Amino acid sequence: MNVVWLIASRELRTRLRARSFVVGTLGLLAAIGGYLALSAWLANSSGPVVGLSGSAAELRPAIVAVAESLDEDLEVRIVDDAGAGREQVRDGDLDALLTGSASAPTAVVDEELDDTVRGILTAVLQQRALGAELERAGADPDAVRRAVADAGVRVDALNRADPLEGERLVLAGVAMTLLYVALITYGTGVAQGVVEEKTSRVVELLLATVRPWQLLLGKILGIGLVGLVQLVILGGVGLIGASLAGQLTLPAAGIGTFVALLGWYLLGFFLFASLFAAAGALVARFEDMQSVISPLIMLLAIVFVVGLNLLLRDPRSEIVEVLSLIPPFTTILMPARGALGVAPAWQIALAVGLTLIALAIVVRLAGVVYERGVLHTGSRMSLRAALRGRSRSTTE
Amino acid sequence: MTEGTLEFDGTTKRYGDLLALDDLSFDVRPGEIFGFVGSNGAGKTTAMRIALGVLSADAGQVRWRGAPVTLEAARRIGYMPEERGLYPKMAVAEQLEYLARLHGMSRADARTATAEWTERLGLAERRRSEVGALSLGNQQRVQLAAALLHGPELLVLDEPFSGLDPVAVDVMSGVLTERAAAGVPVLFSSHQLDLVQRLCHRVGIIRSGRLVACDTVDALRSTRRQLAVDVRAPWTPALPGVEIVSTEGTRHVLELAADVDDQDVLRSALAAGPVAEFRPFRPTLTELFRTVVTDREDAR
Repeated sequence: MNVVWLIASRELRTRLRARSFVVGTLGLLAAIGGYLALSAWLANSSGPVVGLSGSAAELRPAIVAVAESLDEDLEVRIVDDAGAGREQVRDGDLDALLTGSASAPTAVVDEELDDTVRGILTAVLQQRALGAELERAGADPDAVRRAVADAGVRVDALNRADPLEGERLVLAGVAMTLLYVALITYGTGVAQGVVEEKTSRVVELLLATVRPWQLLLGKILGIGLVGLVQLVILGGVGLIGASLAGQLTLPAAGIGTFVALLGWYLLGFFLFASLFAAAGALVARFEDMQSVISPLIMLLAIVFVVGLNLLLRDPRSEIVEVLSLIPPFTTILMPARGALGVAPAWQIALAVGLTLIALAIVVRLAGVVYERGVLHTGSRMSLRAALRGRSRSTTE
Repeated sequence: MTEGTLEFDGTTKRYGDLLALDDLSFDVRPGEIFGFVGSNGAGKTTAMRIALGVLSADAGQVRWRGAPVTLEAARRIGYMPEERGLYPKMAVAEQLEYLARLHGMSRADARTATAEWTERLGLAERRRSEVGALSLGNQQRVQLAAALLHGPELLVLDEPFSGLDPVAVDVMSGVLTERAAAGVPVLFSSHQLDLVQRLCHRVGIIRSGRLVACDTVDALRSTRRQLAVDVRAPWTPALPGVEIVSTEGTRHVLELAADVDDQDVLRSALAAGPVAEFRPFRPTLTELFRTVVTDREDAR
C-alpha cells in the first residue's frame, strides 16, 4: 500500500478515536440542535395576544379586521374576568388587556404597549370615532368606509424580492461558520501533529523510511479527512434536522450548499493546512507553537469576520463580489455567495482557479519550509532561514 | 568490495562555518560489529544520519552494497536515532506494526514480527499500553524492537546502550552479536568503551569530524609498544627512546620507541633491584581513547 495512504490512515485512525474529536463533534451537534430548536421556537411563537374584557369585547370584529388588513398576526381573546385578565398580563400570557368602555378603553400592559398593537388599536378606535361622527353628520359610514378602504399606495418593485432570502442568509452564515471552525480546528491540528512528531523525535525514525513530502502529504490528507468526516456528520444532521423542523424549505439549495461547502473546505483546508504545517515545522516545542500559528489564526479570523460582516450588510455589494474571488477570502466567501445564489458560474470557476494557483504556490513554499525545519531542533527557526535553507542546526 | 558492505567514502558535511564531517572514509563489513567512538559533537550522529539519508552530505558518498543509499535501501536498514522517538500516545503493538509497514512489510508480516519481538524483548504484557506510559527501560526496548522487527540487513544504531539497565544491556549485546553472526553489518556508536571493547570487531575513533584511528580492537591496543615494569627499588628508567606513560608506586608504564630493545630495559631494571613484574602492557580502549584524543588535541 502507498506510504502516503499509510500515514494518512494512521492520522485518521488515531484522531477519529481521540476523545477530543468525539467531544468536539457532540458539542457542535448540540450547538446546531440548539440553533434549530431556537429558530423553530421563534418561528412558532405567534404574534401578540390581546384580551378583551367587559364592553371592550364588542371591538373584537373591528380589531380582527384591521389586523388582517395590515397583515399582522394578532390573536384576540375574550376575557370574562378583568381581574384574571390582569393576572394573565402580569404572567405574560396576554400582551395587553382592554378594559372599560368600547369607545374609550384602557389597555392594561405589563410594561409598555407593543407598537404593532398600539397601531391596530388606534386605527380601530379612530375608525369607530369617525363612524360615530359621520353618523351624527348624517352620512352613511359604510359608504365612506368602502371609499376609504380603496385608497392606498401601489407598489412598483424594481427587483422581485426572494421570499427565501432569509433562509438563504442563514444557510450562508452556517456554511461560513462551519468552514471557519473546521479550518481553525484542523489547521491547528496539522501544526500540532507536526510539532508532536518533532517533540517526540519520532520524525527522524519516520524520515529514515519516507520522504518529507510523503509524511507531510499523508498527515494533511489524514487530518483533512477527519475534518471532512466531521463536516459530513454535522452538515448531514443539520440538513435533516432543519428539514424535519420545517426550517428548510429549500432542500435543493441546502444540499447544493452542503456539497459546495465540502469542496471549498478541501480547497481551503489544503491551503491553510500547508501553512500550518510549515509554521509547526519551525518550532520544536509545544510552548513555541502558539507564537507561530497565531498569525495564521488571525488571518482566518479576519477573513471570517470581515467576510461575514460584509455579507450580512449587503450580499450583493461589489466589495463582497471582489473579495470572494481573492484567496484566502474566496474559501469562506464564495461558498456563502453560492448559498445565497448570487454567484455567477464564471465567478465560481474563476475563484476555484485562483485558489488552485494560490495552492500550488503555497504548497511549494510550505514544503520547502517543512523539509528544512522538520529536523531542526532547539530554538525556533526563523522563517527567513527556513526559506533560504540556512539551517544552523547545532546537533552534531 | 564485498556485497553488503557499508562504505563511507570521503563524506563531508558542513553546518555554516562548522566542519562537522571532514572527508570521513571507513567501511563496515557483513558480519562485523563496528564501534563508532568519539566525544560529543565529534560527528558520529551526523555520519549516521547521512548513512540513513536523513541528512545529505555536502561532498563524498555513503554506499551500501556498492550503491548510494536510496530511500528504498534505507527501508532495509534498522536505525536507532540518538534522539529516541516514538508516538507517546500510541499503543506499543499498534505503533510497531505501523513502523514495520512503513518499512514495507505487509499487514500480516508486520503483525507477526510485532508479536515475535515484543515477546522476545519481554514486552508481551505491554502490547496494548501507550508508549508514554511505559518505564524508560521498556520504552528503550520498544525502540530496539522498532529498529529490528523488519528484519534489517544493516544495523545503524546511535548510542543503543545509553539509558539501558544491565539486563537490557545484555539483551542488546546478545541481539547485536546474533545479527552480526547472521551476516548483518552492525554499526553502532557508544560512550561505553568497555562494551565497545568487548563487542566490536573493529573500532573507529572520530574527532572533530575526522577519523583518527580505525582498526581491530587488538590492533589498536597494540599500536604502541608499552611495558609494565615493577621494580622493588628506586629506579629511573632513563634510557634513550623510553618514555614514562604513568607511574603508580614502584610500577611504571613505559612507552618504547621502535628501535629500543626491551631487554635493555629489563637489564636496567634488574640492575636497580628485584623485578616483580615485566610484561607488555596493552591499554584498555578507554585509556587508548584518552591518549588518542589528547595527543591530537596537543598536536593542534
